[in-house]
Amino acid sequence: MAKAIKQPRETHQWLLIGLGIVMTILLLVLPLVLIFTQAFSGGLELLWANLNEDYMKHALGLTILAAVLTVPINLVFGILLAWCVTHYDFFGRRLLVTLVEIPYATSPVVAGFCYLVVYGLEGTIGKWLYAKDVQLMFAWPGIIMVTVFVTAPYIARILMPLMQKQGTEEEIAALSLGATGWQIFWRVTLPNIKWALLYGAVITNARAVGEFGAVAVVSGTIMNQTLTLPLLVEQLNNDYKTAAAFTAAALLACMALLTLVLKTAMEWRQERREAEPDEVHMG
Amino acid sequence: MFLQNRFAVTPHCPEPLNPAHIVNLSLRFFRSTPILPGFSMSFGFSTLYISLVILLPISALLLYVSGMSWDQYWFAITDARVLQSYKVTIQGAFYSTIIVTFIGFLLAWIVTRYDFPGRRLIDSLVDLPFALPTSVAGITLSALFIPSGWLGQWFEIFGIKISYAFPGIVVAMIFTSLPFIVRSVQPVLEDMEKELEEAALMLGANKWQIFWRVILPTLIPALITGSSQAFIRSLGEFGAVIMIAGNIPFETEVTSLMLFVRLQEYNYPAAAAIASVVLLASLILLFLLQVVQGRFFKKA
Repeated sequence: MAKAIKQPRETHQWLLIGLGIVMTILLLVLPLVLIFTQAFSGGLELLWANLNEDYMKHALGLTILAAVLTVPINLVFGILLAWCVTHYDFFGRRLLVTLVEIPYATSPVVAGFCYLVVYGLEGTIGKWLYAKDVQLMFAWPGIIMVTVFVTAPYIARILMPLMQKQGTEEEIAALSLGATGWQIFWRVTLPNIKWALLYGAVITNARAVGEFGAVAVVSGTIMNQTLTLPLLVEQLNNDYKTAAAFTAAALLACMALLTLVLKTAMEWRQERREAEPDEVHMG
Repeated sequence: MFLQNRFAVTPHCPEPLNPAHIVNLSLRFFRSTPILPGFSMSFGFSTLYISLVILLPISALLLYVSGMSWDQYWFAITDARVLQSYKVTIQGAFYSTIIVTFIGFLLAWIVTRYDFPGRRLIDSLVDLPFALPTSVAGITLSALFIPSGWLGQWFEIFGIKISYAFPGIVVAMIFTSLPFIVRSVQPVLEDMEKELEEAALMLGANKWQIFWRVILPTLIPALITGSSQAFIRSLGEFGAVIMIAGNIPFETEVTSLMLFVRLQEYNYPAAAAIASVVLLASLILLFLLQVVQGRFFKKA
């Protein structure tokens, strides 16, 4: 199969490229430049002072906590679900695949509200927990819970097509050689999916760090307690602390750029692996 | 075959929870006999997780709403301000989806078809709206499009207001849904065989005919998938929109914001009613998309 990529020669091709570049600059590059210009607009000292504010440090800590807890949980779920739907054919298999898509389609605010209904004071479970003096909503556990909901599909969605494509021959061969289930997973399956898994973890992490709508509903926006960085951006902006808001925004933009770099690097690796099929078994 | 038989007779499986009765049950439940171990663990955990994390909260919302009287429910979802918010949301999502489909198609086209300096960079940057938190996108776009902003000043000349007005909502939705279009169309464009176009050229087709009759029909399923995802995403968009829209009642309030406003008024029943409308709309759209995809993929 011939690749369709070619050197542009004709005028209309250059026009299309030019238009695409202009669009990219207007829609994607300018916003990035603006974030950093605004963050640095008050000078380095103000930037440093803003970064050292208690609320900034606290929000950064909470954001990292949410990501650190969410990614492993959904990593385990993603692997198990993908294993289940690609290695066995059973009644209701397609239903599982569809159900896991629900968080994609659900508006984050609605998702947050659903959790509020269950675990807030309006719900039976919430009342019971309140009697036991456990508060999940308007506190950090609620933030983790909704973040887990919002990011649940990503790893599973990335693994499923890959595991489907790889088939089960290698695993069955290992089984016939007497390997146990865990041995098959650690020595056969995991090496084959490790890059996709890492890719999924990066994507999940980016979503976990940046979630706004769902977290806004269950957080209660208490300064120094339940504000994640994306919420802090909004809060500071509402208080007309523009420079501080853009400082928080710049922190998040740095994380986003890191995500893009990691993603691109992993895609290159994947392309190289596909180009050299012999390396697949060695790597 | 050999393996299947061996497994059925003496389950060599290390899983203690996988004895013969599952094999018997398999006549109805399994479409093909499971060979590899680990079914009960992966299936059990996945279904438990989906039930607890996804299904429980969603059914709780529907249960909560079912406890309301019909009049109360109808009053909450047809309040004039709420009705107007549906209109604003759907219009915003509609316009932005059309515009972003063109922009996304253009970007996917140039990065897969032409080799030019900056191609890789554009390809990577396309995911920025996905990686950047929506509140950051909102505050940034809003600063970019205010009348004194870098881009807003050019629109100001023509008297067009973008930030804190309806066009701002469209801009925010375009930004957040851009990756969906590009990433749906791009793989199909990459896999498209050049031979097909060459054959059309040989048969005397001109460039436009090749585009309209050969390339576009192949891309339609991917375009439908991408635009539907963009549309669903735009309907639910919150962070980016509320920070640029100005949130003027009856003018630039989106439905997610109305839900948030009701929550802040501690009017839970009304919030639940609005949430149920949004939830059902997005679930129906998701279901329709699955059906349409099934159709197209079967044909292909």
